[in-house]
Amino acid sequence: MIEAVQVQYALGQMMDLSTLAQQLVNGIQSGAIYALIAVGYTMVYGILRMINFAHGEVYMTGAMVAWLGTSQNWFGVASNPSVVSVALLIGCAMVTCMALGVLIERLAYRPLRHAPRLIVLITAIGVSFLLQNLALILFGADPKTVPLTWRTLQLGAVSLSVGQLVLLVASLVFMAGLQLLVKRTQFGRAMRAVSEDLQAAALMGIPYDKVIVGTFALGATLAGAGGAMTAIFVGAPVTPYFGFMPGVKAFVSAVLGGIGNIPGAVLGGLLLGVIEALVGGHPTLSTFRDAVAFLLLITVLLLRPTGLLGRPLQEKV
Amino acid sequence: MSKHASILWVISLMSVVVLSACTGKRSGSTVSGGSAVLDPAARRAERYASRPIEPAPPPDPNRIVIGVYADLTGDNSTFGEETRNGVTLAVEEINKRGGLLGKQVEARFEDTRSDPQQARNVVTKLIQQERVVAIIGEVASTISLAGGPICQRYGVPMISPSSTNPAVTDKGDYIFRVCFIDPFQGYVMAKFAAEHLKVKRVAILYDNSSDYSKGLAQFFGEAFKKLGGTITNVLTYKPQDTDFRSQLTTIRAGNPEAIFIPGYYKSVGLIARQARELGIKVPLLGGDGWSSPKLVEGAGGPGKAIEGCYFSDHYAPDDPAPQIQEFVRKYRQRFGKTPGGLAALGYDAARVLFAAIQKAGKLDRAAIRDAIASTKNFPGVTGSITINEFGDADKSAVVLQVRGDRFVFVTRITPETAMATTQVSRGRTRR
Repeated sequence: MIEAVQVQYALGQMMDLSTLAQQLVNGIQSGAIYALIAVGYTMVYGILRMINFAHGEVYMTGAMVAWLGTSQNWFGVASNPSVVSVALLIGCAMVTCMALGVLIERLAYRPLRHAPRLIVLITAIGVSFLLQNLALILFGADPKTVPLTWRTLQLGAVSLSVGQLVLLVASLVFMAGLQLLVKRTQFGRAMRAVSEDLQAAALMGIPYDKVIVGTFALGATLAGAGGAMTAIFVGAPVTPYFGFMPGVKAFVSAVLGGIGNIPGAVLGGLLLGVIEALVGGHPTLSTFRDAVAFLLLITVLLLRPTGLLGRPLQEKV
Repeated sequence: MSKHASILWVISLMSVVVLSACTGKRSGSTVSGGSAVLDPAARRAERYASRPIEPAPPPDPNRIVIGVYADLTGDNSTFGEETRNGVTLAVEEINKRGGLLGKQVEARFEDTRSDPQQARNVVTKLIQQERVVAIIGEVASTISLAGGPICQRYGVPMISPSSTNPAVTDKGDYIFRVCFIDPFQGYVMAKFAAEHLKVKRVAILYDNSSDYSKGLAQFFGEAFKKLGGTITNVLTYKPQDTDFRSQLTTIRAGNPEAIFIPGYYKSVGLIARQARELGIKVPLLGGDGWSSPKLVEGAGGPGKAIEGCYFSDHYAPDDPAPQIQEFVRKYRQRFGKTPGGLAALGYDAARVLFAAIQKAGKLDRAAIRDAIASTKNFPGVTGSITINEFGDADKSAVVLQVRGDRFVFVTRITPETAMATTQVSRGRTRR
């Protein structure tokens, strides 16, 4: 029944409703990953007004840890995969990435706290290359796949693997948790205060260095979760350059939603994922998937320079 | 209706681009009356005579140094590894028999990481610093297309063991290959799909950034339509993509009986997984870019997503022919693995080169080029090798099926049957 209903696609193409539903699910799943990475970009930007270009490499590290864990059979995850062992493995990736985030902040960014923004930006690019090449030395460049497969669920006309479903639910839980943390806890209040005005927050006795390092740790943890889940649940082959493209896409998502705004980053990520799915599945436009995504970004920025949920710029005089 | 119209539009656009590229290449050469009596080497040399050769350091006179450029640490690193092993085996064998022209042979390996710019750098290094007499490489057509023009510029013979895109040997008369080309390979899988699998509707999903994948997709589509089949959808991806579900969802809606994915193994494994997760159960078909021990691993392991799928390759390791079993035994003894098609082609490329150096009798690059060009009925592991007037080898292909973690021989398809049924050509007239 549902297959018979056709909807307008683009360029005169038609698509039936079941295909549309499937594309929406595909898009939301890849968008959830973009969102997980994008919140890290957006939080760091909100507080330090810097773009942490090494964030994509943290995501890659999470995926590498997941692969390492399965190849070494940590918690028996390869020989006898269970909910507990997979959760523990993702936890390991998150802890590793948290430590990495703290390390990056302490070693690379804190010494430059009062340096011009451009210098910090270039340092971030340097850290990104450093981590890529470190992974190249440690793990080599050949693609590595986590050897776990997932059953497919058939929900009406939509096919969804168990892995995808878990990934989707876990991402939503992580992002809801983040929102609670930012809005309801002491640390979250401190974060918001520092992002409002760092100097004033410091004068009010907020230990801003701790808040900054905490923000990096939080962002890195979520990126690590995203990387580990992509490796485990999607089965994407992991290479040292694994984080580059998702990093760029997540950055686009953060800007799309309004950089500095956490719900905006989530919205931007999901939106980008869905648009990519619809364009990527278009019979003639599929080649231009990335181009259309970035064209959309430019259009949004022309119409709303601060992004979809961003606050209007306030020029301080 | 409009769906078909747009596919037609894309395909016609693709063929226009290819055709114009071909005419562009041909316009540089002039038709000469006596070319019919010249041998292939002279005809090719004549065609590229207008291109000057820049001076390069002469080859090392004390040893025979050959350069090999391959992807040893990049996305397609099993290709480089197999090629290196194949060449190494050939070098060790010839040295055991006393070397060539009374000198020991040395192979220098350089890593391209599947990056065209890196390939240009290492090929220049091999010629300028290592002073190699000839070069073997690369596997991926896009990389051979980057390295080839440099070999041509300095007049260093290059043999690609396994680049199948037709344009590779169009870069000059110093460039050869010991494998078949994609118009034939595309035909092989089209014929296999139409006659062996008896399917009528096939979708195509190819890697838009690879000359190899793009060409093979086009040639398969043309051949399959000539054989009476329908192409339901043509979609593309990029090698760094990790989400192919959107393309596969559209392919699923077109209800094909098979999907042709002429990509490299890294992406193909994940595409297979996601296709199965979307409930697509039809067989997946591919080309020699699948030929890697990592293919099955990327698809979730033996017996999982890619089980029972088919691809075309250069030889079958389980072929009982004595020269193949002899090679498989030697290779296993030396490297502890079963050699894939690219290992066999690396071995063959090195041996064709050695035979040519022997025939030339001196370390003169032009003489070696002529000797390679006149290679006839060379008994290779991957079949008899005769270099034609384009610098290519006309050979048969095998179709292999993935079973567990092994690739099993299904059928062999020869160029003669290809010529007879669909007039496969290189998209240009032979002279």
